[in-house]
Amino acid sequence: MKIRSTEIVGTFAEAFKMWGARVIVTAATKQWSQAAAQSMTGFATSVIGCKCEAGIEGALTPDQTPDRRPGVSILLFAMDKASVGKRLLERIGQCIMTCPTTACFNGLNGDETVQVGSQLRYFGDGFQGSKKLAERRFWRIPVMDGEFTVEESFSVQPAVGGGNIIILGTNEKNTLAAAGAATRAMGSIKDIILPFPNGVVRSGSKVGSRYKALPASTNDAYCPTLKAVTESNLPADVNCALEIVIDGLTERAVRDAMTAGIRAAAKPGIRQITAGNYGGNLGQYKIDLHELDLTA
Amino acid sequence: MAIFLKQIATPDVPMEADNITPARFAGQTPAGVEKLAVMHGSEPRRIGDFFSVSGQFDGTINVEGDHLGRVKLIGAGMSRGVIQVDGDVGEHLGAAMSGGEIRVNGNATDWVGPEMSGGRIEIHGNAGHMVGSAYRGAAMGMTGGEIIIHGNARNEAGNAMRNGVIAIGGNSGDFTGVNMLSGSIFVLGELGIRTGAGMKRGSIVSMKEATLLPTFSYSCTYRPGYMTLYLLHLSQIFAVAEEYLEGSYKRYCGDSVELNRGEVLLYAG
Repeated sequence: MKIRSTEIVGTFAEAFKMWGARVIVTAATKQWSQAAAQSMTGFATSVIGCKCEAGIEGALTPDQTPDRRPGVSILLFAMDKASVGKRLLERIGQCIMTCPTTACFNGLNGDETVQVGSQLRYFGDGFQGSKKLAERRFWRIPVMDGEFTVEESFSVQPAVGGGNIIILGTNEKNTLAAAGAATRAMGSIKDIILPFPNGVVRSGSKVGSRYKALPASTNDAYCPTLKAVTESNLPADVNCALEIVIDGLTERAVRDAMTAGIRAAAKPGIRQITAGNYGGNLGQYKIDLHELDLTA
Repeated sequence: MAIFLKQIATPDVPMEADNITPARFAGQTPAGVEKLAVMHGSEPRRIGDFFSVSGQFDGTINVEGDHLGRVKLIGAGMSRGVIQVDGDVGEHLGAAMSGGEIRVNGNATDWVGPEMSGGRIEIHGNAGHMVGSAYRGAAMGMTGGEIIIHGNARNEAGNAMRNGVIAIGGNSGDFTGVNMLSGSIFVLGELGIRTGAGMKRGSIVSMKEATLLPTFSYSCTYRPGYMTLYLLHLSQIFAVAEEYLEGSYKRYCGDSVELNRGEVLLYAG
C-alpha cells in the first residue's frame, strides 16, 4: 500500500491494556494552567521508567471548564487502576497543588474511581474543609495564595496504551518535518495523548537486552547506524527513523490518531511508515496499518 | 399523566397531610387517594373531604388550592417523585424528606424541609422561619439535599444544618445558619443580624455587606475556588449576577465561641 510516494508497511502496532484518567486543571490565567499541566506531565513518557504515561490532551477555554477559568485537559495512564490512583495523588499533590491559583477536577464519568482529594486533604493539617455539590465532593486545602480546590475522587477507565507509528525518512530534516506534521494532525483527535517529547520518540525499544537487568533496550533493527551490523528493518536509503506513541481512552481513538498521523506523515522523503510490535505475543490489541482508513 | 388534587374545602384548623407523598399515591386510583387519611386538627378525616382527585399517578402529584397554607406536612418523608404545589403552602413542607422534588408556585410558611436528608425543594415565593432547620431539641437540621427560596426567608434558616445547600434569592432573617454544623447557605440579598451564631463549620455566603457578631474575625479577601461551581449551579435556577461568579469575597472565620471553623463570605467586588 502506498500514500503518494510513501509505502505503508503491511504490519501492525501492538498496543496494551492500560487504565486511564482525565484531569482538568484550571488557573487564573492560561499561562499558569499550562505551567501546572506541563509540570504534571513531565517525566511521564513511558511506564517502564516513569511508572505512568501522561500528556496534555488539549487547552480548554473558560466556557469548557467547571470554574470558568482557563484550563488544560490531561490524560494519565498506568498499567492498573491502583497505579493510576497513586500517580494522580503524587502528581496532583506535587505539581498542581504547588502551582499558584490552580484547581483540579475529575474529567471522566464512570463508576470506577480512585481517591485523590480525600488523601491530599491531610496537607491541610486540620484546616481543610469540603463542599459537596450534587454527588461531587470538593476538598478545600488552605495554601499561601488562598485555597486549593481538588475533587475528592477521579474516575478511571480501561484504556489503550502503546499505539504507534514509525516514520522512516531519507534524512533527519524531512523525517522531523513528517513527524511534526503527524503529531499536529493527531492533536485534533480527542481522548488521546502522545507521551513523548513533542509527541515523538527517537529511542524506540525492543523487549529485553543482552544485559540481564534491563527489561528493554534500543530497537537496533531501526537504528540507521547499525544497518551494517544487525538485521535491519530499514531500507538502504533511510537514514532516520522516528516513532510516535499514542495512548488513548479507547481503541477507536488510538486508531483514529494513527490514521491521521500516517496520512499527514506520508510526504516526499518518507520512504516507509511502519509500526512497532512484539510479534503479537505481548499486547492485547493489534492495529493493522492496512486496516486503517488511509484513503482520505 | 400526573394525579391532581384540587382543594374543595378549607380546613377550619390546620390539617396534617403527610400522606400526600408519591410513595403513598403509588398504585392508587383517584378513589383510593381520596380515602387516604389526613388529620383535621385532632379529627381523622380523608383526603377526599378536602380535595377532588383526578388523573393517574405517574410519579407526579399536583396540588392546587387557595387555602393550602393550612395544609401541613405535604411531602413529609418523601423519597422519590415530584410534588408540584400551586398556591401558598403550610408548615413542615418536605419534613425529613430523603429524595424527590417539591416545587411550590407560591409562598411557604415556617419549617420548609426540616431535617431533610436529600432531594430538592424549590419555593418560588417567600419562606417563613426555620428553613432546613433542626426541630427544637434536635441536634441536627438538614443533612443533605437542596432548598431553593426565590424570595426571602425569615429567621433561623439552616439552624444546625449538617450538610446540603440552602439558597435564598432575596434576604434572610436573623440568625441565619445559627448552630450550623456544616453545609452551605447562599443569600443573594441581605443577611439579618447574628448570622452564624454558634456555628461550628460550614459556609454562609452573602452578596451584601453585613454586620457580624464580634466572635467572627476577618481573615482575607480572596476568590474561593468552589464559589464559581456553586454559583454556576444556582444560576441554572435563578439569576446570579455575572460579577458574583468571578468576584472576590471577604472571609470571616467563626464562631469563636465554638470551633471557629465556620466561615461567612461577603462579596467584595
